[in-house]
Amino acid sequence: MDDVLLSVRDLVVQFPTRGGILTALDGISFDIKRGEVLGVVGESGAGKSMTGAAIIGLIEPPGRIGGGQIHLGGERIDNLSMDDMRAIRGKRIAMVFQDPLTSLNPLFTIAEQLVETIQTHLNVSAREARDRAIALLDDVGIPAASRRIDDYPHQFSGGMRQRVVIALALAAEPDLVIADEPTTALDVSVQAQIIDVLKRLCSERGASVMLITHDMGVIAETADRVAVLYAGRLAEIGPVRDVIKDALHPYTHGLMGSIPTLAQEDDRLVQIPGAMPRLTDIPDGCAFNPRCDRVFDRCRVERPDPMPHGTRQVACWLYDEQQIKAAE
Amino acid sequence: MSDVLLEVKNLTRTFDVSLPWLNRVIERQDRQFLRAVDNVSFQIRRGETFALVGESGSGKSTIAKMVVGLLPASDGQILFDGQAMDVNSSAAMTQLRSRFQMIFQSPFASLNPRWRVRDVIAEPMKAFGTVDGKAAIDSRVDELLDLVGLGASDAGKFPHEFSGGQRQRIAIARALSSNPEFIVCDEPTSALDVSVQAQILNLMRDLQDELGLTYLFISHDLSVVRHMANRIGVLYLGALVETADGKELFKAPRHPYTRMLLEAVPDLEMTGKEHSVVKGEIPNPIDPPPGCTFHPRCEFVAERCRNDIPVPVPTPTGEAKCFAVEEGRI
Repeated sequence: MDDVLLSVRDLVVQFPTRGGILTALDGISFDIKRGEVLGVVGESGAGKSMTGAAIIGLIEPPGRIGGGQIHLGGERIDNLSMDDMRAIRGKRIAMVFQDPLTSLNPLFTIAEQLVETIQTHLNVSAREARDRAIALLDDVGIPAASRRIDDYPHQFSGGMRQRVVIALALAAEPDLVIADEPTTALDVSVQAQIIDVLKRLCSERGASVMLITHDMGVIAETADRVAVLYAGRLAEIGPVRDVIKDALHPYTHGLMGSIPTLAQEDDRLVQIPGAMPRLTDIPDGCAFNPRCDRVFDRCRVERPDPMPHGTRQVACWLYDEQQIKAAE
Repeated sequence: MSDVLLEVKNLTRTFDVSLPWLNRVIERQDRQFLRAVDNVSFQIRRGETFALVGESGSGKSTIAKMVVGLLPASDGQILFDGQAMDVNSSAAMTQLRSRFQMIFQSPFASLNPRWRVRDVIAEPMKAFGTVDGKAAIDSRVDELLDLVGLGASDAGKFPHEFSGGQRQRIAIARALSSNPEFIVCDEPTSALDVSVQAQILNLMRDLQDELGLTYLFISHDLSVVRHMANRIGVLYLGALVETADGKELFKAPRHPYTRMLLEAVPDLEMTGKEHSVVKGEIPNPIDPPPGCTFHPRCEFVAERCRNDIPVPVPTPTGEAKCFAVEEGRI
């Protein structure tokens, strides 16, 4: 299919340790279409950021991609050399990190950092690059961009810094922007502004976005589809509205219920017993089975792979059973 | 016995953020002060949960620290059960201190990594002498661990053996060990994942019902606050701009800042309603705008707001500091 920009198939990321090999990502598959916003949610340690790092080729050694394939626009990118990957990183895939203070160099002005990025990826003169940089800052909503461009990062507030980081990410007009918890370090009112900017600019430029976050609210506001990760595996993926309104996987269901909302009337939050297993002792069968309230025998022995269910894919034997019954 | 357990009157805290003397002379600058908490007054009744919400820098944690006596107030008064808190009088403070406790944001920083869980939880009992004898203390520790959903066998372990949620349970057990009436919870679930947050919030509510606790609950997360609080105070730049009953605040917010905050919360219901764009950012607290500090961002701003400082006006279930509310414009 032509409109698929990024395709990830059976991605496995492993970390060799003294105690054996840890599998941080275990067979993740998904696609991102051109112009689409895919949300990736999960709790700490579920593998959200690892998925982003694997795509952009920034897994820190000794971690490595232990299997699977990643294609960007039909071209395989998971086995590229360092140099080839550098040509893609920043140019075709850009990244926005959580903390805007650490992703900007404190010793250089915003102008220097933007111009450097633009000249690295695009063949333009220094003057043109500066004009482009000012236009970009204007686009992300920095007031008086032509004056503020010569400021240092510390002279900006957190929200403004994150706008600068978004400008940096968009500088080379990438096809895909991976935003890893872009609003987690910010206050709610600023978060709303940043989400707005990110959404608007990416849709104007036709860039796809992979939005990694633990906040379902942000996903609901921003994403077209959402992938729910649990213990390094894909639990459920599908259109945001379907997943939020009517979660199929028991984990997604519990996760949605555990989020306090402004509209909710009842007093008690749904509670998933226990905690996500450590990567060293992921249970046999379905990784969620010890915490699942709808568990049955098959879940404890056989591992479910994501199976299609309507508009969605869900890795849960409950939906396989239904298919069997439907066939009979 | 009066109904009000904690009363805070005109509480103010300023921090000296001046440059060193030599820099001030060379750069010709005056001393600078930051008013982190500005004339805040509220009451907490027995058995209720009072929540303070606000964004970073609004003074939430500073108030929490002053309420438990970790930070002296610059001005104003804190009355606990009718008794004035005086940080300088250690005898009176020790008396009072055993009656309130605090739960901190990060359970990774608030537990001593070299202490076993038993010692962590027993510390307040020993410090206040509420329980005597090793056997009695040990059995009380087991009881507390059971109460917060851990097992007696966990008492011999070290904090690093637990996950974030379990550590927060230990912190709660420690807070409960001196049988306090009042607990200050400073962002108790901000460091936790949502599913674990749900467990901790449920636990805190169960404990409140069971033990008749009173909470001062501090959070930046409006949905969490809505879930937990009976009454809510909204802070902006160190000042309380609105107080109201929990349900009422979310149904009918009065102050323009409260409206803006509620507007900014991502909509999980996906009703597809349009958000009005949030204007501007929190100003620099060292040099706050004159008049109402919210006026540069306010859509209901009038001439008066730019010059005069608003005073609280009564609303159906609380009060709001806003001229527009006072004049009936909103």
